Amino acid sequence: MGNLRSSRLVTVVAFALSAWRSRRGNLPLPRLLTVAVLLYAVIQLLSRTGILNGYFMIIINRSLVFVILAVSLNLINGIAGQFSLGHMGFAAVGAYVSGSITTLIFMYTSEQVASIGGNIVFVIAIIVGGLAAAVVGFLIGFPSLRLKGDYLAIVTLGFGEIIRTILNNISVVGGPRGLLGIPKFSNFTNIFVFTFLTIVALRNLVQSSYGRALLSIRENEMAAELAGVNTTRGKVMGFAIGAFFAGVAGGLLAHLLQIAHPTQYGFYASALVLIMVYAGGMGSLTGSIIAAFFLTFLTEALRVGIDQLRDRVGIPVGTEWTMVIYALLLILVMLFRTDGLMGMREAKLLVIDERKK
Amino acid sequence: MKRFASIMVPAVIVGGIFLSCSGGPPVFKLGGVGPVTGEAATFGASTKQGIEMAVAEWNVQGGVLGKQIRLAFADDKGDPAEGATVYTKLIQQDGVSAIVGTVMSKVSLAGAPICQSYKIPMISTASTNPKVTDVGDYIFRACFIDPFQGTVGAAFSYSDLQAKTAAVIFDVGNDYPKGLAEFFRTKFTELGGSVVAFEGHATGTTDFKAQLTKMVRAEPDVIYCSDYYNDVALIARQARELGFKGPMVGGDGWDSPELTKIGGAAVEGTFFTNHYSKDDIRPIVKDFVAKFKAKYNADPDALAALAYDATYIMLNAVKTAGTADGAAIKNALASTDLEVVSGRVKFDANRNPVKSAVIIEIKGGEQVYRTTVYP
Amino acid sequence: MDSVINAQQIVNGLQLGSIYALIALGYTMVYGIVRLINFAHGDFYMVGAFAAYGAFYLFNAYLGSGGVLAFVVLILAMAASAAIAQLANRLAYKPLRYKPRLSSLVTAIGVSMFLEYLFSALPVIGPNPRGFPEIIPKRMFTVGSAEISNYVVIDITVAAVLMVGLTLLIRRTALGKAMRAVSQDKDAARLMGIDVEKIISATFLIGGAFAGAAGLLAGMTYPRIQPYMGILPGIKAFIAAVLGGIGNIPGAVLGAYIMGLAETFATSYNSLLGEGIAFVILILVLLVRPTGLLGEKTADKI
Repeated sequence: MGNLRSSRLVTVVAFALSAWRSRRGNLPLPRLLTVAVLLYAVIQLLSRTGILNGYFMIIINRSLVFVILAVSLNLINGIAGQFSLGHMGFAAVGAYVSGSITTLIFMYTSEQVASIGGNIVFVIAIIVGGLAAAVVGFLIGFPSLRLKGDYLAIVTLGFGEIIRTILNNISVVGGPRGLLGIPKFSNFTNIFVFTFLTIVALRNLVQSSYGRALLSIRENEMAAELAGVNTTRGKVMGFAIGAFFAGVAGGLLAHLLQIAHPTQYGFYASALVLIMVYAGGMGSLTGSIIAAFFLTFLTEALRVGIDQLRDRVGIPVGTEWTMVIYALLLILVMLFRTDGLMGMREAKLLVIDERKK
Repeated sequence: MKRFASIMVPAVIVGGIFLSCSGGPPVFKLGGVGPVTGEAATFGASTKQGIEMAVAEWNVQGGVLGKQIRLAFADDKGDPAEGATVYTKLIQQDGVSAIVGTVMSKVSLAGAPICQSYKIPMISTASTNPKVTDVGDYIFRACFIDPFQGTVGAAFSYSDLQAKTAAVIFDVGNDYPKGLAEFFRTKFTELGGSVVAFEGHATGTTDFKAQLTKMVRAEPDVIYCSDYYNDVALIARQARELGFKGPMVGGDGWDSPELTKIGGAAVEGTFFTNHYSKDDIRPIVKDFVAKFKAKYNADPDALAALAYDATYIMLNAVKTAGTADGAAIKNALASTDLEVVSGRVKFDANRNPVKSAVIIEIKGGEQVYRTTVYP
Repeated sequence: MDSVINAQQIVNGLQLGSIYALIALGYTMVYGIVRLINFAHGDFYMVGAFAAYGAFYLFNAYLGSGGVLAFVVLILAMAASAAIAQLANRLAYKPLRYKPRLSSLVTAIGVSMFLEYLFSALPVIGPNPRGFPEIIPKRMFTVGSAEISNYVVIDITVAAVLMVGLTLLIRRTALGKAMRAVSQDKDAARLMGIDVEKIISATFLIGGAFAGAAGLLAGMTYPRIQPYMGILPGIKAFIAAVLGGIGNIPGAVLGAYIMGLAETFATSYNSLLGEGIAFVILILVLLVRPTGLLGEKTADKI
């Protein structure tokens, strides 16, 4: 229904963006955009014709949300060289803030009004959720000024758990029942657009002078400081920006599942995102994108594969073995591709061509 | 190009596996969902056993609609996002006509809108949050909702146990114990009793002494603990160590053979509300307990019984409907009137079961029937 | 104030702290020498608890209940955890030794997940919680206004003995000297003729054995074991180790007792906040003193 209208919207936004970008004349956005639009069109077509059923679409949607989470964590861990173990805490803030906004507004609105103004309110809610997460990220960024590596890891883990505990104890947002009745606004189209914009924004950021400043902090903080990089600002802003996008992802997920629950955002979930960043390659956005897709699909392939083994081949394995295999594969990837699938490299598509400057 | 390849290769592999599922004689496809891995795995294991046993029994008797029943069971890992994925998988990929599951309310709440939109009837086995069935007319449940058990527990404590003061302890990270605890407090206060302590604890903790010390010092006549058996057993032990000698009361989460194994003497003289009693003379109960023991070499817990019942209720509705059509099954479900392990089940207008509760006492390490409470 | 801090709550806090201390000792030792946050340490502890459970039922019939049996169970629990720790070290951590430290950390998360899911999937173990046998009969004593069990005494004694033993091992023996050398500079240690891999193996063996002992004692103190039992205590113990100054043996014990007491008091003040208080304290301490209470300040290398 709304798909046709929203796909038109995508095209308009995309062209506006590319026009703006090409006027600045330094980015191969049209090429990336073309690929994105093509990819979108192909998936949408396959979905419409029923070749990709609802199951595939939900896996794709979840993969896209994981892409946002992974690339934004990569900004903090891979690019800025900090170490966050509480990334899902930011996603929780985004999910709860944006979910509260839409739930509250549409609780008192007729369905008609909702269908007209829904998407605008949704986009605003998602962005406000992201901003709220950014504020939290900004605060959490401060310990990074004094702490490094393992200590920072444990503090961010602690912050993530504190956010979860707080959510468990606020009855307005449901406490341990979770935030319920969130309207279903997320769909493939808007998740795709948000993912695309996130990738473009982070790519531009990483390959700007600011991004190089972040990289220099990772490589050698003292040298960066001596070279005139404002490391304080760099680190804190790295956290804030990464948190913003994690908040956006959280908001999208909440509006996809129609529920936000504290247990979704614990250490375990953060570890899954962390694994994606490492499996893809620290510092490589391309790697994070691939890993997010690959690991999400892998989980499902294992689920189906185990069923097949049992039903067709007759090996008596239960679903409980899927996660054993998943963990084993993860260890193997880390052992045999220690630098991740992509290392530090980026796909050509995501590299800003210096010659065009 | 490399990026495309990396995305498309697994996609194609997965697709290939998916497409290979077809063929064979006609079957009725039933979906089952439960948390088989993750921290709620213990609930999922029982749930899976209950559903599998019920399906096997129906198949021995010729299945349903003249076809054998094929159960497609999926693991939701106790996570809403996984839940949404597996409900969609069961409906879209496996082509099930009805779904039994799941346990955690948060996961049922993510799955219910999907079942509702595809018009696939769903019966949750153990999600007690009242909001679950509010999602739509295709969503049912086999268990009590929060208010009922908390209220029954409070009335029993106040009237039968003559308790005037109560202390409450529950898992703050889990909505089921929290809901029960809150309704207990409301009812107990309403009856004229006073709640002298109302203490939460974190999920997965093993040390409850900080809370219990405070509770025991308030000298309550009764301790109400709405947790699952694994926590209850430790709480009972630690409460006794701290010198509490009075009775303890709880909900159906207590029903597990492990309660007395872990709790030992500490759970003697405690009471809990449940769906049925194992010494119930009804043949259906005796049968269920005996068969479960024979099949899995263990006593069934409440979650297994509820999953078994939910499967029976669903398959019975399919039989009544005489078709695999979702709307027809839904209508048949709504007019259910069936004798199952947990009593005679009918559904009210909100698709919640109307059934009685029993109160069980732990005596000599055994579960003993005490009384029946009608809604 | 008496309702929040009283004799009973102090006993409660000490008991909780002892369990944290037992896990934290192994944690901090491995970290101090290998510089790896071994997230699987909590799972080694779980393995120890299950090994003790199995050993008890295996030997119960032959040895009867009592001291001999308790000793055999303890040895087997320590051996099982040490073996798993060593296996993880050899297969998963060793190949990554000279790669960026954080990739070992991700592998450690993988090992942790693997052990949890494997134990949960194995038919002989499964996800259901089990009651843990009373290997040593539990007795309660009333001291003043507090109820104390003999387990509290056992836990505190074992934690103290192990702490002293470990400190002596590291300060006084040749192995300890080699461990300190490896901890400071692997390459220099190798040049001095120290077999670095052997020392690291020894570290994992000892750390694993400690986790096994902790698993047994925790199983006895809180008699419920299940495959996911290591997650929460693992994280808490790690925080305790950081609080005391990670790598510092007495620091880990100090941090563990502070954590145990703080959690108990916070919970008894308001049980709804008890869960997060450990993290709040941790963050406050680290912001004021990032190297922990007993940690030494390290200068930045240029």
